[in-house]
Amino acid sequence: MRTGGMGLDDQALKDMARRCRVNIVKMTHAANSGHPGGSLSSIDLLCGLYGTQMRVDPDNPDWPDRDRFIMSKGHASPAVYSILHEIGYISEEDMMSFREFGSVCQGHVDMKWTDGVDFSAGSLGMGLSFGLGCALAARMDGSSRNVWVMLGDGEIQEGEVWEAFMAADFHSIGNLKVIVDRNRIQNDDFVHLQMEVGDVSAKLASFGWTVKEIDGHSMNELTDALKWASSHNSGPAAIVANTVKGKGVSFMEDNPSFHGKAPDDDELKQALEELS
Amino acid sequence: MSAPSSGGASRDGYGNGLLRLASDPRVVVLEADLGKSTKSCHFRSKYPSRTFSMGIAEQNMMLVAAGMASSGKIPFASTFAIFTERAFEQVRNGIARPELTVHICGSHGGIHTGTDGSSAQSIEDLAIYRTIPGMTVIHPSDDLSAEELTVQLLDYSGPSYMRTARNKTPRIYNNNSVTGLTIGKGSLIMEGSDVCIIACGVMVNEAISAAKTLSSEGISASVVDMHTLKPLDTELIDACINNCGCLVTAEDHSVIAGLGGAVAEYLSTTASAPLEMVGVADKFGQSGSSSELMQAMGLTSNDIVAAAHRSISRK
Repeated sequence: MRTGGMGLDDQALKDMARRCRVNIVKMTHAANSGHPGGSLSSIDLLCGLYGTQMRVDPDNPDWPDRDRFIMSKGHASPAVYSILHEIGYISEEDMMSFREFGSVCQGHVDMKWTDGVDFSAGSLGMGLSFGLGCALAARMDGSSRNVWVMLGDGEIQEGEVWEAFMAADFHSIGNLKVIVDRNRIQNDDFVHLQMEVGDVSAKLASFGWTVKEIDGHSMNELTDALKWASSHNSGPAAIVANTVKGKGVSFMEDNPSFHGKAPDDDELKQALEELS
Repeated sequence: MSAPSSGGASRDGYGNGLLRLASDPRVVVLEADLGKSTKSCHFRSKYPSRTFSMGIAEQNMMLVAAGMASSGKIPFASTFAIFTERAFEQVRNGIARPELTVHICGSHGGIHTGTDGSSAQSIEDLAIYRTIPGMTVIHPSDDLSAEELTVQLLDYSGPSYMRTARNKTPRIYNNNSVTGLTIGKGSLIMEGSDVCIIACGVMVNEAISAAKTLSSEGISASVVDMHTLKPLDTELIDACINNCGCLVTAEDHSVIAGLGGAVAEYLSTTASAPLEMVGVADKFGQSGSSSELMQAMGLTSNDIVAAAHRSISRK
């Protein structure tokens, strides 16, 4: 069995997720911009991933054999920065400079700017292909490192994603793991009103992937699924996580207007009260 | 300069260059169902475990190459020049922006490609890749120089785009002279004093023919093979202006923002000198042989001669 993550139990992961949620709303409020909705929907999954699976070393960010995490839906950068702060890659000050000129915390996650970020995102649909490249390189190197890719459900409207799903199966890649954050909201509106993506699990299965569908906010379910995906090496594995956009802040939950809008002063106050 | 011998197409040089790079285990090759055309097929036949078929899916190919580059590999990804353009944003955002060393080769560039018709004749690739920050843009003139420049890419950091041509043209170099080439440094093929013809790709051969015609008229022409469009060898351009006082550019590419555009950008902010551009006017090609299309689109040595006369008259 691989050992990775920080060895956190469900309660510790829940505490970590709560702290991250606080930082997500603080960061976007301070920047007066950014994407809280998709950060809050994905943060339980990210805490589970980094808390129980990811083999990384903040003291050696370029460690060649580290596991890779590709945040393909790069606008959920506040979620990533809150995690990187938790595990010691970036300081509180760095985190709170989100979106400022010269900040290591660029608007969308960028490997050129931030230690611990493995991909320069921002343009949707590219991360799975990049992850496949990382996974193929790992296989060539005979390395046991895993490559995790998080996709948004709106994001999979991009055709390149399906090129990559097909290619991953064709190349029988066993060290590539996808998490789909199925929060059902994209930039303009609900996914089913923009371009319904339908039964994602069935579609991925038809592309040759082994799929588990879970509640992306159940720490118990998601850590089990991550453990399964981590050790599923016979081919590409995907977790389709049903989530709630804006999860944890009542007025952001399932609300398309908080896809890309920061909380104002009053909203921040209420959000922090709810998360306390 | 020895007399040109009959040679190969620059795409053959790319294929041969990849074989010479194979001794470095970091080198990997990606294909999009056109390996037989780009000539990466030779690498595939000898090194199948380091050759990755990405299917007819160029966008995915570019980002897979980027991921490999981020993990210590040196990827060479090739398809037709025109189809690399489908993945332009992937190259821009996924490769160049994070400064990953991925070498892209677009074969079958220009109208010289011929009978496939306008859909396959990329006349804008050099222009679009020039606009990407940090991107090196190369367009060799024959098979030997394509091979040499491909080999040099092994030690070249950062993303690059190389355009190769489908069809054979006479060799510009021989096995000795080609070793004098360096990425980023233009190659002075003929030295003259009245006009300098700066050419790239298949037009270098036309430029040499034009220089011979001009010589018979008593006009002394320099010919430069500007195989690297970016970074542009501005020192050499300065020297050409000093020696000749006027310029002609010649390219199998749109006159907008390619080699002519690059030289014009430089001239407009530095020393002024007359410049005439030979290239594809703002229009698409059609089916036909290379020579028919070169004639129809104004890309022959005679067109270069006429442009030289115009440039000289503007001194």
